[in-house]
Amino acid sequence: MNKIIVLMSTVLLVGLIVWWFFGKRKVEAVTATKQGDKQIVEIVVDGGYKPGVIELERGMPTEIVFIRKDASACFEEVVLPDFGVRTHLPLNKPYTVTIDPKEAGEYKYACGMNMFFGKVVVK
Amino acid sequence: MSIRNRLLISFLLSIPLLVEMLGVMLPGGMITTVVLSSGVMSIGGGPFFVSAFKSFKNHSSNMDTLVALGTGTAYLYSLYAAVAGLHVYFEIAALLIVLILLGQWFEEITKSRASNAVEKLLGLQAKEATVMRGGKAIKVPSSEVVVGDIVMVKPGEKIAVDGEITEGSSTIDESMITGESMPVAKQTGDRVIGATINKQGSFLFRATKVGSDTLLAQIVELVSKAQASRAPIQKVVDQVSSVFVPTVLIIAILTFTVWYVFLGAAFIDALLFAVAVIIIACPCALGIATPTALMVGTGRGARMGILIKSGEVLEAARDIKTVVLDKTGTITEGKPVVTDVIGDEQRVLEVATALETTSEHPLASAILEVAEKRKLTVQKVAAFTAIIGKGVSAKLSGEIKYVGNRALFVEHHIALDSFSAEIERLENEGKTVLIVGGDSKVDGLVAVQDQPKATSAEAIRNFHKYGIHTVMITGDNEGTARAIARQVGVDDVIAGVLPGDKANHVKALQSHGKVAFVGDGINDAPALAQADLGIAMGSGTDVAIEAGGIVLVKNDLQDAFLALRLSQKTFGRIKLNLFWALIYNTAGIPVAAGIFSGMGLALNPALAGTAMAFSSVSVVLSSLMLSRTKLR
Repeated sequence: MNKIIVLMSTVLLVGLIVWWFFGKRKVEAVTATKQGDKQIVEIVVDGGYKPGVIELERGMPTEIVFIRKDASACFEEVVLPDFGVRTHLPLNKPYTVTIDPKEAGEYKYACGMNMFFGKVVVK
Repeated sequence: MSIRNRLLISFLLSIPLLVEMLGVMLPGGMITTVVLSSGVMSIGGGPFFVSAFKSFKNHSSNMDTLVALGTGTAYLYSLYAAVAGLHVYFEIAALLIVLILLGQWFEEITKSRASNAVEKLLGLQAKEATVMRGGKAIKVPSSEVVVGDIVMVKPGEKIAVDGEITEGSSTIDESMITGESMPVAKQTGDRVIGATINKQGSFLFRATKVGSDTLLAQIVELVSKAQASRAPIQKVVDQVSSVFVPTVLIIAILTFTVWYVFLGAAFIDALLFAVAVIIIACPCALGIATPTALMVGTGRGARMGILIKSGEVLEAARDIKTVVLDKTGTITEGKPVVTDVIGDEQRVLEVATALETTSEHPLASAILEVAEKRKLTVQKVAAFTAIIGKGVSAKLSGEIKYVGNRALFVEHHIALDSFSAEIERLENEGKTVLIVGGDSKVDGLVAVQDQPKATSAEAIRNFHKYGIHTVMITGDNEGTARAIARQVGVDDVIAGVLPGDKANHVKALQSHGKVAFVGDGINDAPALAQADLGIAMGSGTDVAIEAGGIVLVKNDLQDAFLALRLSQKTFGRIKLNLFWALIYNTAGIPVAAGIFSGMGLALNPALAGTAMAFSSVSVVLSSLMLSRTKLR
């Protein structure tokens, strides 16, 4: 009897894991706010990058303000390879990364160990 | 709380648990055990659980997920076992936390050593400078020096910004910027580089580049960009790591089920196999395998004056078959010097100097340089005429004199006589021959050549040692090109190439394998871009060169060879690290799952924890070793 319960929970658990982690989900996208001749967008770092996608206007200097609320070592660094940025994020203190999105496209960024991802969309 | 403190507290709390494991009864019995292990779980392990939960909410997972699940399972089961009166495994949970923290602490120490290249470079900056203002020498912070300031430098002082010496001379240690180990002699008119150290002399220099324009600032910018660049073979790793953790969880659940349901193992034994799987699979090592090697490799390059612009360059440097070298300025010094004087040396040089003084021909400067060195007095000439493509003529103390090529003398019916043979010999050596003579006869010859740099031949030998085919490309005629090629020993010569055609020749060579091109960053930009790997020789003051994947600060062909080797070594190290990380993470899983337990090969959770902790450390150490690997 025990074994049947274990077997059934196994199937259930595996199914739940696949659904939870691999299921397709809509990622929330936020457009940067314009302030004079620059655009500003805030990303909260807490178990992931929120919002997962930020949308920027091409050719406008951009300030991305990272607010890291997650103490995990995983989020210590953020790397935007296409913009030449690798930097440490202080805990609970806004940290501004300045980039200049010159070309339209989708740019992935990640934590220092490449486990968590976010996306910059330049239009 | 810092990792170090968490580790310390967890370790102290775990000691009694380990003692108990050896059969010693603790005062207070089970209650003490529960309290101590709960302390380890909350103080040492708490942050793992918080982070795991946060990313779980976000539909993602990380190594904290695995740590939390692995240790949490052992802890919760033990709580149940304590109530039910079964054997408990609190010490396993506590020990795992200690081991994982130990691994993270080591990783923290070693990683900061791997990533501080940029900080080290920034640390080179001079803090202050002595500037002449209003006729007085005043000390100001380096950041306040402006272009045009006259800066005073005393022996032993650091030079604040880039500039040009206006007064005095000295020797300067430029090793920190260019990698050149010998101090360099400098005098009035020479350029100095900020952050280098003045040795004996005192001098004044005029600031030409300050702030973010200085060579050091440019290097810092290039290096930090390179360290943020996408590491090679990253795509594979990206794909693996995004599905890694959930996959491991599924494998762990299946491990438990197979052991418990199908193989009839005891509940706790099956559970421990599952815990071992979760722990061994922490993908830390995988995540840091590439970035740490990239940082150490580019950092070492920066110290040697070799600036690798991105991680992709490293991949391009792999299996380069051919190196195409620009001749002028890359293999050679880039300016002609007088190599031979035939005839009455003093007289020949006097005439040549007198006639060439007003000429702007590049060969003239070579002659004037010799004249200056020998302190020859420059005699006045009259009726100076330049004959385009042939030479010059003028009247020297009433007598007509000519300096030029064969055509000039043929035109004026002046017999070359015995000099004919000499001219031929010198031309065969790739030298340009200037004939010096009067109305009726030739006085002598001056041979001029753009000579190879002292290190070029050795650099080319080094390329050959690693089986790389070398090709020299030049706009010079075949004869001159061949002569230089013989001196330095390159395999092939492509001569008479127009500047715009270099890229096409590179393209043609690419059909036989990967090609690297070494040249200066300005004239050779198209060829640098066309090649699989472009190595741009710096002018020594400007490294903000767009073309080329690698920029050399020092104008030395040996550095091109070292740059190629360093790139290959770094790429090799990345591959090695990834291999180890994958072995640790994936090959460890079947062992931890107990597949080989029939053969006596098994990992208990504590061993799995140790292996996991040291996998990341060993990967970082392997990256750090890059800074010591031999390149030649």
